[in-house]
Amino acid sequence: MKFGVVVFPGSNCDADCFHVLKNVFGRETVYIWHKEDNFDVDCIVLPGGFSYGDYLRAGAIARFSPVMKKVVEFANAGGLVIGICNGFQILLEAGLLPGAMLRNKSINFRCHDVYLRVENNNTPFTSKAHEGQVLKIPIAHGEGNYYCEPDTLKKLIANGQVVFRYCNSRGEVTEDANPNGSLYNIAGIINEKGNVLGMMPHPERCSENILGGEDGRVIWESIIAYLERGANRG
Amino acid sequence: MAIARVIVELKPGVLDPQGEAIKNSLHALGYEEVKKVRVGKFITLEVEGNDLKEIEERVKEMADKLLANVVIEKFTVQVEG
Repeated sequence: MKFGVVVFPGSNCDADCFHVLKNVFGRETVYIWHKEDNFDVDCIVLPGGFSYGDYLRAGAIARFSPVMKKVVEFANAGGLVIGICNGFQILLEAGLLPGAMLRNKSINFRCHDVYLRVENNNTPFTSKAHEGQVLKIPIAHGEGNYYCEPDTLKKLIANGQVVFRYCNSRGEVTEDANPNGSLYNIAGIINEKGNVLGMMPHPERCSENILGGEDGRVIWESIIAYLERGANRG
Repeated sequence: MAIARVIVELKPGVLDPQGEAIKNSLHALGYEEVKKVRVGKFITLEVEGNDLKEIEERVKEMADKLLANVVIEKFTVQVEG
């Protein structure tokens, strides 16, 4: 199995994702420069950062990078794509996931640990977690206030596409636990087919105890388990 | 050469934390009469060509594709020769 971490101008969590996959999990991992449109991997990671300086809107310009044409094809063919933070924003702009990001309700850039509740463990990204499991994972963003039309939200909930919600340490979804004003406390969603995940928190920053926690591991472990089962590739 | 002006605004009802912060700051300065602030973008494009109608259509396409995110924003386009 081979992971590809896309590098946009302004990505800054690319090396962290690469490190976790390559050194912590010992999996073949390559960088994919945003101008490349010819690569062969089993899972694409769109890392966090500030692609193209987030000029115009977060993710808006990256969405038209040459690499994204291939990412869309890969996703449409069933390939696994995980977008973290800025990667999530890019997936929204690209239309691979529904909705959009607004600035944080508090207007502050929020950079601290949050708690997430796993709402759906029947996905390639969460199968190693149990439903209702509470994960402690850091966030770092100024535009993570997820928004979508009421009809879209209904569909997301009905289809089990809301994968992670912000909660408190006891797993209760409360307004106080919501760091950015996200609709329905949404921290991560999946597409209808279930092969594209976007999440604001950074699992790559908490996959080793030396960094203060290992709760992010479950996401990488789930992806690896899914690929090991030889599930379809894009 | 034509000048196209694109105004991008958040749709009504979509929360604008930036506008709220500016409103609070204006109140702190004593401008209590300000009841609402909405922040948008104003983008000026210099566009080659003479057919203003065609330019307007093209710029609307640009706004729809890139300059605005129509999930949360609306836009207006003005073109002058």
